[in-house]
Amino acid sequence: MKKLCALLAVLALLTACSSNEQKPVESAAKPAAEKQIKAGFIYVGPVGDAGWTWAHDQGRIAMEKADYVQPSTFIESVPEGAESARVINGLVQKGHNLIFTTSFGFMDATLDVASKNKDVVFMHCSGYKTADNVGTYFGRMYEPRYLSGIVAGKMSKSNIIGYVAAFPIPEVIRGINAFTLGARSVNPQAEIKVVWTQTWFDPGVERDAADSLLDVGADVLTMHQDAPATLQAAEARGAYVIGYNSDMRKFAPTAFLTAPIWNWEAVYTKTAEEVKNGTWKSQQIWWGMKENLVQLAPFSDRVTPEVQQLANEKRKAIIAGTLHPFSGPLKDQSGKEIVAAGSTLDDGALLGMNWFVEGVQGTIPK
Amino acid sequence: MSLQFRVEKREQGSALFRALATTASVFTALFVAGFLLLAAGVDPAAAYLEILREALGSSYGLSETLVKATPLIITGLAVSIAFRMQIWNIGAEGQIYMGACGATWVALFSGLDTPLMLPAMFGAAFIAGGLWASVAALLRARWQVNEVIVTLLMNYIAILLTDYLVYGPWKNPDGFNFPLTAQFADAARFSEYFNTRLHSGFFLALFCALALYLLMERTIWGYQIKAIGSNPGAARYAGMRTGLAIFLVLTLSGAIAGIAGFSEVAGLQHRLQHGISPGYGYTAIIIAWLARRSALGVVIVSLLMGVLLVGGDSLQLSWQLPVAFAYAFQGLILFFLLASDFFINFRLRRLKETADA
Repeated sequence: MKKLCALLAVLALLTACSSNEQKPVESAAKPAAEKQIKAGFIYVGPVGDAGWTWAHDQGRIAMEKADYVQPSTFIESVPEGAESARVINGLVQKGHNLIFTTSFGFMDATLDVASKNKDVVFMHCSGYKTADNVGTYFGRMYEPRYLSGIVAGKMSKSNIIGYVAAFPIPEVIRGINAFTLGARSVNPQAEIKVVWTQTWFDPGVERDAADSLLDVGADVLTMHQDAPATLQAAEARGAYVIGYNSDMRKFAPTAFLTAPIWNWEAVYTKTAEEVKNGTWKSQQIWWGMKENLVQLAPFSDRVTPEVQQLANEKRKAIIAGTLHPFSGPLKDQSGKEIVAAGSTLDDGALLGMNWFVEGVQGTIPK
Repeated sequence: MSLQFRVEKREQGSALFRALATTASVFTALFVAGFLLLAAGVDPAAAYLEILREALGSSYGLSETLVKATPLIITGLAVSIAFRMQIWNIGAEGQIYMGACGATWVALFSGLDTPLMLPAMFGAAFIAGGLWASVAALLRARWQVNEVIVTLLMNYIAILLTDYLVYGPWKNPDGFNFPLTAQFADAARFSEYFNTRLHSGFFLALFCALALYLLMERTIWGYQIKAIGSNPGAARYAGMRTGLAIFLVLTLSGAIAGIAGFSEVAGLQHRLQHGISPGYGYTAIIIAWLARRSALGVVIVSLLMGVLLVGGDSLQLSWQLPVAFAYAFQGLILFFLLASDFFINFRLRRLKETADA
């Protein structure tokens, strides 16, 4: 017993000596020449999720390259809802002057804290409420989704494509529709089967959903989730898979085709610069492939050159503005025409999208 | 040489011994967690001071600790009243959701105004939580169906039912199809105090604690609950209607948990949405256990839990420690508290070695 105590004591001493102690973040300030940006980020998931939060964190790190940006702070796995207000306020108390809240569920809390801290700039991702010091930002992910749909439609043999989706909200529905339109533009027989998981990040549940889609004959999978579990399921069962959020090919080296991905740096760097220059104004950013906020990840060599070329042509057309995924004629699941030939859904209709296009097998709770 | 121990039940220890054991367990947990902090390169003393400062050191931190403790107190009380009778209500989480749904229904669709609105929301939450628990209560009282299973499984139904409402019929028509109800009118919101988020729900929680204390300690009914809990056979022999008492207590437990849902939507969220309770119903089980089913104990433990949860955020904020660290820290404290609970009730006695060992 004595030996054990001695051992523990030595161990404690060693740990104490070897560790170079971190200082609290607040004391790590650079000398202020011009307006310095001290940014704080609220993440809904863990930085290690390899998906949504990881992509945001890559943007944060890239933003820090600017010399007027001080080391930034992030708080991970913050629950959505009223709980998050305390964490956002904590960042304000620590002297952050630019705060990004990176999930829809932080909307009310962001507005609430912002109303009491007018000198801090807030940017809320994916919401619809703004204030003088609160802007929103999001991307037209439906553009690369459409392209990835083309790839899936061409690569499927069974014409059954599985889509693991988190929540039936407009953002996710829009992605499913764009993907379906892309797939059926090259393969009118393709059916897209949707399974809702009711969670953004739960690798176990996501994996089960992916397996259930493979069980009913899907030979290409894609997903709107934060974890790469769908990719791992496809890899294990020899199906193809299209990732999301970030280039996830390392999770499915043989099954991976491509992925619609986020490049948040585009927003973060520009916002930091505007706040530094004093030119920042509250606005609703909704950028697409043209502004490089959303991208299609490089194709794997599973995608045939002919398909790659087709997708690249469509990509150029979208960027040039000659192709819009939601141009008519568009029919809903019942076959009823929603958008007539020659017209295109406007941004308002896209932002509140609450119906599935023809070819989607799944339901939206009403 | 082998060490062998036998677990023996301890005589009822003094209150001082219990208090000392509990305090010692908290310090042991802090000591062990200190090694984790050292390994991460953070000075444990500074970290602990920061946690206290964050949770108690400013009016804002203090108010947030009270806000956090509010649903924990109410739900802890709900669970503990059933525990008194050896009835295990694992379903407080679902009952919170149902209470929130009941209160939201009144807030959005009743058309009432002050001063009737908040009392009506209270009543609806109380009834909704109670009705939800009464299913398990009836099954348990009438047919001896295990209430642990029924209350637990009904949590999932309650959460999915809430999701159905916010994704479907109760969705805000002006909300771009996002899964949120409309925000409540001012009449359906609690007052806030000191320019913080501290709301009337905290005082409602304290009132609940007082009411339950009086009920349990000063009424015949409270005495019956304890009697049935400690020996149902004897209680029945003494002429108590145990089945009815079980039904009423579990239903009341659910109704009180429903009040927590009311307090959250009226005081904090001001609308119904997915995930309104991040597991308060489960934390309440630990709280009720640590508080030894006493109303005052529930208030104290909930406040400590509030400090832990609010202060835990500062580990991320000040040192950028991963969130897993806050979880590990909270887990260690709970682990040692539960261990101390064991050692308060039991002792380990070293067994003499047998001759042939």
